[in-house]
Amino acid sequence: MRLINRTPPARLDLVLKAAPFVLLALAYTIAAIARHDANAGDKVLPTLGQMIGGVREMLFTRDLATGQYLMLADTIASLRRLLSGLGLAVVISFTLGIVVGMIPYAKRLLLPFITALSMVPPLAILPILFILAGIGETAKIALIALGTAPYMLRDLVLRVEELPRPQLIKAQTLGASSWQIALRIVIPQMLPRLIDGVRLSLGPAWLYVISAEAIAAQDGLGYRIFLVRRYFAMDIIIPYVLWITLLAYIFDLALRALQTAAFPWFAEAGRQ
Amino acid sequence: MTHSPPAASVLSVRDVCKTYAGRQILERVSIELAAGSFLAVVGPTGCGKTTFLRMLMSEEVPTSGTIALDGRKLPDEPTADRGVVFQRYSVFPHLTVLGNAVLPLELAAAPRFGRLFGAARRRAEATASAMLEHVGLGPAAALYPAQLSGGMQQRLALAQALIRQPRVLLLDEPFSALDPGTRADIHALTRRLWQETGMTVVMVTHDISEAFSLGTRVIVFERPIPDDAKRGARITHDIPVRRRTQRQPAALPLTPASLTAAPLTACPPAACPPAT
Ligand SMILES: Nc1ncnc2c1ncn2[C@@H]1O[C@H](COP(=O)(O)OP(=O)(O)O)[C@@H](O)[C@H]1O
Ligand SMILES: [Mg+2]
Repeated sequence: MRLINRTPPARLDLVLKAAPFVLLALAYTIAAIARHDANAGDKVLPTLGQMIGGVREMLFTRDLATGQYLMLADTIASLRRLLSGLGLAVVISFTLGIVVGMIPYAKRLLLPFITALSMVPPLAILPILFILAGIGETAKIALIALGTAPYMLRDLVLRVEELPRPQLIKAQTLGASSWQIALRIVIPQMLPRLIDGVRLSLGPAWLYVISAEAIAAQDGLGYRIFLVRRYFAMDIIIPYVLWITLLAYIFDLALRALQTAAFPWFAEAGRQ
Repeated sequence: MTHSPPAASVLSVRDVCKTYAGRQILERVSIELAAGSFLAVVGPTGCGKTTFLRMLMSEEVPTSGTIALDGRKLPDEPTADRGVVFQRYSVFPHLTVLGNAVLPLELAAAPRFGRLFGAARRRAEATASAMLEHVGLGPAAALYPAQLSGGMQQRLALAQALIRQPRVLLLDEPFSALDPGTRADIHALTRRLWQETGMTVVMVTHDISEAFSLGTRVIVFERPIPDDAKRGARITHDIPVRRRTQRQPAALPLTPASLTAAPLTACPPAACPPAT
């Protein structure tokens, strides 16, 4: 049979899916053991035990300076920035995306400008944000919003334009005003697509969180990673990276679940 | 139902031409359409049937010439007095069957939110449900369009377009994606709805037998010189259709023979000589 027609049997499914993860963990363990055999004090590839020790330290020991549990405080600080920045970006890009996608005057006025704006590398304007807004939370949240909004906005404009023209004509022949078309036809069909946009923007959003924290912050997951790098504390860095990855993965799963639960028609219509 | 007496033209198309980028598509098209008539428009692919219909729904403007609805110039944009059904994309994928049927009523009654609540909503849903029952979609009310067959989707599109009783119903090859059995059913439904409402219908089709079985009048669009960009399509035939034996099948005893004979009484093209 052709390769493109061969599908793995059900019992192999989980094995195949888990294999790369298991292989990576195995390779790491072998390398770590080898390095520790050569040098018992190796810090570059900590063993599982060392990492558990590092995590335990970050989770359950109060920081001397702040009196906080650091990993919890870091997670809360980073998530707050991520959600504020992404939330701001979603509100702005959804509103503008619908307006620009639907109204020709708004499109002529704003689309070239937005397209130009989206070419500005967000990290390059971080110094400007710091100068304008200080190195507090505002600049970080602005960076995340500026970094993710243009993409989501342009994506939404394209999605609105993709709506079949007959649908909009049909709505008008049913007597709908522009406002009613936005409310009943366009916005409801854009919401599940917005979720897709947010899912794809999660990666960049995390990138900007970590960057902003690495450059100027007193807490946060990115701040911590870059801080402990000075002591070669791989037993903290690696668990932190895994934790960030897990958080991002959970968000992605949650958004996908929300999409199927809230918009049952979306997958059906996509299949047609 | 009794057909309304021949009134003044509902649609009046005068000397309409349409050019796209220097290419003449339609040329001096004129037609007066009486109230309650069912006009079928046929012609080869690409001759401008859809263009003609799009001008009737104000999605396109004629390059020259005028179109009037009930004696007044056509509005510059689509309005509720002209309902449409397209071949595809006529219903809203994010609304259930009932949601699709209620939508026109909600749009009319709730300008601010386009949505009805409470008792008003229940009344609108009752009206919409009755309409759905009428077109045979009662049991499908809770489904989404993607869960319907093509024929059911078009039934829904018809119901949705008719629920606010537009002055004219415009159909662009609404049944050409359907298989023959489904098509026969939906032809019967279309004829019934047209007879009940007494509405004026313009239907574009490339299926000549469909045109003659549904239409009360069939017009043919054709280019005089097929490859000449300077010459557009014109109305080359304008054929009134007389359905002589419309009520006959019901009067006959229901024998298998009369059942098979019934469809033939609906005037096949060959039996309808052009009345010039
Ligand atoms: N928006 C448009 N711009 C340019 N040419 C068009 C446009 N719409 C239709 N045409 C052309 O007009 C001709 C008639 O198209 P159409 O009315 O769709 O034909 P039909 O429905 O009879 O098959 C075709 O040659 C088509 O390519
Ligand atoms: Mg066509």
